[in-house]
Amino acid sequence: MLLSPYPTAGERIRITLLWIWCGLVILFLLVPILIPVPLSFNSGAFFIFPLEGISTRWYEVVLGTQRWQSAIGNSLIVAFGTTFIATVLGTLTAIALSDEKFPGRRIVMPLLLSPLIVPVVITAVGSYLFYARIGLASTYAGIILAHTALASPFVVVTVAASLTGFDRNLMRAAAISGAKPLTAFFRVMLPLILPGVLSGAAFAFVTSFDEVVVVQFLASASQRTMPLEMFIGLREKLSPAITAAATLMMALSILLLLVANILSRRGRKAPV
Amino acid sequence: MSALQPSDLDRPALARGRSAAADTDLKSVSAALRRAEFGDRLRSLALAAPLLVLLALSFGIPIVLLLSRAVYDPTIAEALPKTTAALADWNGQGQPGDAALAALAADLSDNQAKGTAYELAKSINARLPGARSQVLKTVRKLENAGGQPPLDIMKSVPFWTAPGTWPAIASGTHRLTSFYLLSALDLRWNADGGIERVPPEQAIFLQVFMRTFFVAAAVTLATLLLGFPLAYLISSVPKGLAAILIVAVLLPFWTSILVRTAAWTVLLQKFGLVNDLLLWLGVGSDRLDLMYSRMGLIIAMTHIQLPFTLLPIYSVMRTIQPSQMKAAYSLGARPFTAFRRVYLPQVFPGVMAGCLLTFILCLGYYITPALIGGASDQLISNFIANYVNVELNWEMAAALSFILLVFTLALFGIFARILGFDRLKLV
Repeated sequence: MLLSPYPTAGERIRITLLWIWCGLVILFLLVPILIPVPLSFNSGAFFIFPLEGISTRWYEVVLGTQRWQSAIGNSLIVAFGTTFIATVLGTLTAIALSDEKFPGRRIVMPLLLSPLIVPVVITAVGSYLFYARIGLASTYAGIILAHTALASPFVVVTVAASLTGFDRNLMRAAAISGAKPLTAFFRVMLPLILPGVLSGAAFAFVTSFDEVVVVQFLASASQRTMPLEMFIGLREKLSPAITAAATLMMALSILLLLVANILSRRGRKAPV
Repeated sequence: MSALQPSDLDRPALARGRSAAADTDLKSVSAALRRAEFGDRLRSLALAAPLLVLLALSFGIPIVLLLSRAVYDPTIAEALPKTTAALADWNGQGQPGDAALAALAADLSDNQAKGTAYELAKSINARLPGARSQVLKTVRKLENAGGQPPLDIMKSVPFWTAPGTWPAIASGTHRLTSFYLLSALDLRWNADGGIERVPPEQAIFLQVFMRTFFVAAAVTLATLLLGFPLAYLISSVPKGLAAILIVAVLLPFWTSILVRTAAWTVLLQKFGLVNDLLLWLGVGSDRLDLMYSRMGLIIAMTHIQLPFTLLPIYSVMRTIQPSQMKAAYSLGARPFTAFRRVYLPQVFPGVMAGCLLTFILCLGYYITPALIGGASDQLISNFIANYVNVELNWEMAAALSFILLVFTLALFGIFARILGFDRLKLV
């Protein structure tokens, strides 16, 4: 399809140039995210190739020192809290919205997605202003609440996508067979849309785990998360420990989002 | 029915009777249906309600509260109640007279007694640059008056009778104000009640907005130049190879902005890989200062935004049948003509979606300029954060947020209008 049926020499040259150009673009895409990986195993304290030697000393710093350990702990608290709330409420909302009779669906959907549209600094500054008044600034609850706003749109969208393949007659069949609504949900609907729900949960987890701007405004010194610790480290003094932290974070988000995408693809093709 | 007499059994009457019964049946059925539907609606609303309430609390109220700070500022009116009263019927021309001056003196002394003089000086200074030191000086003089009448002390400080001082104070005593929104666009009210540009030495924000737009446009163009050919290639090669290539796009897409920014701070160092590469290629003879430069910022943002531009283009390209191009060739079109006349018009919506998305997202960039940009490369979001963190000027931060939000929503409105809201989801 790249070449016309009777390619001219000029066309062959153009296609070759296209391949070369795209090869360079792929390098541009991949090299920057792969660079921190070898550097994180460098035994020296500088970011220069060739590496001085292979060691895991920077991972020992990230996983072994109190500062980073507490950051990892905070990140996990916030990310799990956010994932739980966003997944439960997002799934319920997606189920409600998938009903054609839902009033004002065309208004509610853009409103639900608006946290993705509003520049995150505005969200962060606004949350800081409001949460300080109601005593939620510098609390885990405040950070989780703000992150839930950012993460729940992903859950709503992925679960809604998996619900398009769900036949509502199954719920009627369950009701006729005597199942209570809750039983029907847990025994019939949830198993079928589970890939979408899990995929949404993974998106929510990654959104919260990677988030740094809201945390910067809402977290107290003892609530610093891993990204915030990285941000502060990048501002103060560049240490190879940051490449180790970056590698860990990258591995986690790629792994989770890979799973999320496989699940959501399977969810959309759901039988029935 | 049992009470029916045979004489009632003529056909029309029977038909009438039946249809009346059917009517009431229908009515009750449809009423029951409506009730059931109403119940369904209520139930689906109840399902969605928790998240909607939570979003209103955690997101809606904070944004509205922040934006309201841009137009509602009671600090001066509350700190200067007597002056506010004295100025109520001043027409804004010339000087307001001794009564206002005396009221201000009394208010200043009150603030000093309450220990709020410094905050007051700061908030007047936000309206009237240079007022901070004058207020504090006057407060000290009033405190050490030693019997001198307050009015004389006020008159001994030329600042209080200078033109421009009183209009600024008078506008500060209004709780609802357009001052900050105008300031965010480098505008102000002049003495005649018109709007004018602030003098060039005070103008900051138009330049920052222009810079933000410039960086966003440069990044959008760069991502299009890099992304369009790659999207075309991916949509043209066999499935297996396309899957590998798309993974190369998705891996950076799945990595957080902070991690990618961190990677670029490593790469852009003076002795980093980019400079090594440039030297090796023979571009320039010396190592460049790419960190804290506009160039470095645009390179890093281009890397981060490339998948956002590419994926919508790709999703359109893969729906285009190869047979269309073949048909064009068979009708005698040369490759370039076929590409321009058959292919481009069809991928145009994807190109628009990708470019608009990247442009809009670039307007809100904060992390990358903060870490990679220099002092003259800070974008509008960085100024908002700075007004909150460093200057503690919430009103200015709110006004800048207001304007940034208006731009963002307007562009999203265009996006939704011409492309539909559904295009927002990627892949």
